[in-house]
Amino acid sequence: MKYLLLKHYRGGPAPAAGWPPMDQWTPEEVDAHVQFMRDFAARLEETGEFVDTQALAPEGTFVRYDGEGRPPVTDGPFAETKDLIAGWYVIEVESWDRAVQLAGELSAAPGPGGEPIHEWLEVRPFLGASPTVTG
Amino acid sequence: MNEALLRELVPVVIGVLLRRGADFASAEDAVQEALIRALDTWPDDPPRDPKAWLVAAGWRKFLDAARAEASRRGRELAVQVEPPAGPAPATDDTLRLYFLCAHPALPSASAVALTLRAVGGLTTRQIATAYLVPEATMAQRISRAKRRIAGLPLDQPGDLGTVLRVLYLVFNEGYSGDVDLVAEAIRLTRQLAHLTDEPEVAGLLGLMLLHHARRASRTGPGGRLVPLGEQDRSRWDTGLITEGVTILQAALARDRLGEYQAQAAIAALHADARSTSETDWVQIVEWYDELLLLTGSPVVRLNRAVAVGEAHGPQAGLAALADVNPDLPRYTAVTAYLHERAGDLEHAAELYAEASRAATSVPERDHLTREAARVRHLLRP
Repeated sequence: MKYLLLKHYRGGPAPAAGWPPMDQWTPEEVDAHVQFMRDFAARLEETGEFVDTQALAPEGTFVRYDGEGRPPVTDGPFAETKDLIAGWYVIEVESWDRAVQLAGELSAAPGPGGEPIHEWLEVRPFLGASPTVTG
Repeated sequence: MNEALLRELVPVVIGVLLRRGADFASAEDAVQEALIRALDTWPDDPPRDPKAWLVAAGWRKFLDAARAEASRRGRELAVQVEPPAGPAPATDDTLRLYFLCAHPALPSASAVALTLRAVGGLTTRQIATAYLVPEATMAQRISRAKRRIAGLPLDQPGDLGTVLRVLYLVFNEGYSGDVDLVAEAIRLTRQLAHLTDEPEVAGLLGLMLLHHARRASRTGPGGRLVPLGEQDRSRWDTGLITEGVTILQAALARDRLGEYQAQAAIAALHADARSTSETDWVQIVEWYDELLLLTGSPVVRLNRAVAVGEAHGPQAGLAALADVNPDLPRYTAVTAYLHERAGDLEHAAELYAEASRAATSVPERDHLTREAARVRHLLRP
C-alpha cells in the first residue's frame, strides 16, 4: 500500500507546540533538523519503503480555465490564511498502522533545544489499480 | 566489460550506419538497441572486436526494422542490404552528430536528452533516471526530438553555440542515480575539443574542469552546501586546476574571447587564491565587465555586484545592485550577504530568511535558512 505523508506550511489542526520559524533557531538546530530529514529518507530506503520525497516552494497560485480564447484566471499568491503544502514523502508499507507509525516518527523531527517539533502530518492512502483477481 | 569504450563507440557506429544509407532516426534507434544488447551480453561474452560487433548488431537491427516497415507499406526495401565498402573519417561523423542533436530547432531538454543518447551512448533508462522522469517520458521526448529534426541535411555547418549550451546544461545538472552527468559533460566536451579547435570549446572545457576541481569541498556533512568563502581549499583538485588553466591559457592566446573563456578566467582566478581575502577581486570585476559586454546577462550583472562588493567594499556592491532586476533568483540572497558585510545584521537576517523562501533548491533553501539563523545568533548570542 502506498501512502502520502503530507507536510503543510500552514493549515491543518492547531499546532501542538508553538515554535518560532526556522530562521530564528540556532544554526546547529537547523543542521540537526536537516540531518534528521535526510536520515529519515535514508532509513526508509534501507527498509525498502521509500518511494519519493519532494519539497515545494512556499508560494503558489490557483489557476482555472476561463473560456475559449481567454487567458486562464489566476488567484493568488495566497493570503496568509490559506492552507499551503510544503512537501511530501511517498512510502510503500505493509499497513495503515505502519504508515501512521512512520508519520509519527517524522513528526518528531528536532527543533529548538533538540526538542521534537510535534508537527502535524497528513497521511493519505493512494487509490491503487484495480486487482486482476477480485473474486 | 569496458562500458566507457562501448559508449565512445556509439556515435562512431551511428556514423557508420548513416554512411551506409540509413536515416538518422532509424540508425540511432538501431544502435541504441544494439547498445542495450551489448550491455546485456558483453559481461559474459566479450567480443574480440567491439566496434565490429556493434556495427554488425546495429546494422542487423536497422535492417530488421527497415524490412518490417517496408512490408508494412507493401514496398521493396530501398536500402542496400550489402553495405558499401570504404572508410570515411569518423571524426566528422561524430561532430555532425553533436550539431544535429543540439540543433537550434530543438527545445533544450530534448537536445540534452538526444545528445546524451546519440553522442554520449547512454541508455534511455539511464537518462531518465538522471533527470528523475519516467523512462517512457524520456523515450517519448527523444523520439519527438528526432521527428523534429528528421530530414534536416546532415552535412551543413551546425551551431556551435547551442552545442556548448547543451553541454553546459548537462554539466550543471550534477548527478543523481547511477549516472554522473558532470563527468559525462566533461567527457563530451573533451571529445568535442578534439574535433574542433574553436577557442570557446576549450573555454567551456576549462570552465568545467576548474569547477569540477572544487567538487569535494562544495558540500559538507549531511550534504550541506558550503559557499566558496568557507571551502577547504586544500581539498581542491590541483591536477584538474592545472589542466583547466593550461587549456584556458591556450584558448585566450588565440585572442577570440567568448563567454565561456571569460567565465573560466573568473574560475581560474578563484582557483589561484589561497582564500577569499587573497583573491584578485579587482581583476575578477574586470572579467565580469567583459562578460557583461559579451552576454548582457542579468545573472552576470548580479554576480558582478558580489565581486564589486569584495573588490571595493559592500557599499559599492550594493550600489552595483541598483541596475540589477530584483526578480532574479538569488538577488535577495546577494543583498543579504552585502548587508551583512556592511554590518547591518538585523536587515541581513531578515533578507536571508526572505531569500530562503525564494530559494529554488532544497540545499540552497537550507543553506539560506542556516545563514539567517547564524546572523540572528550573532545579534542575540
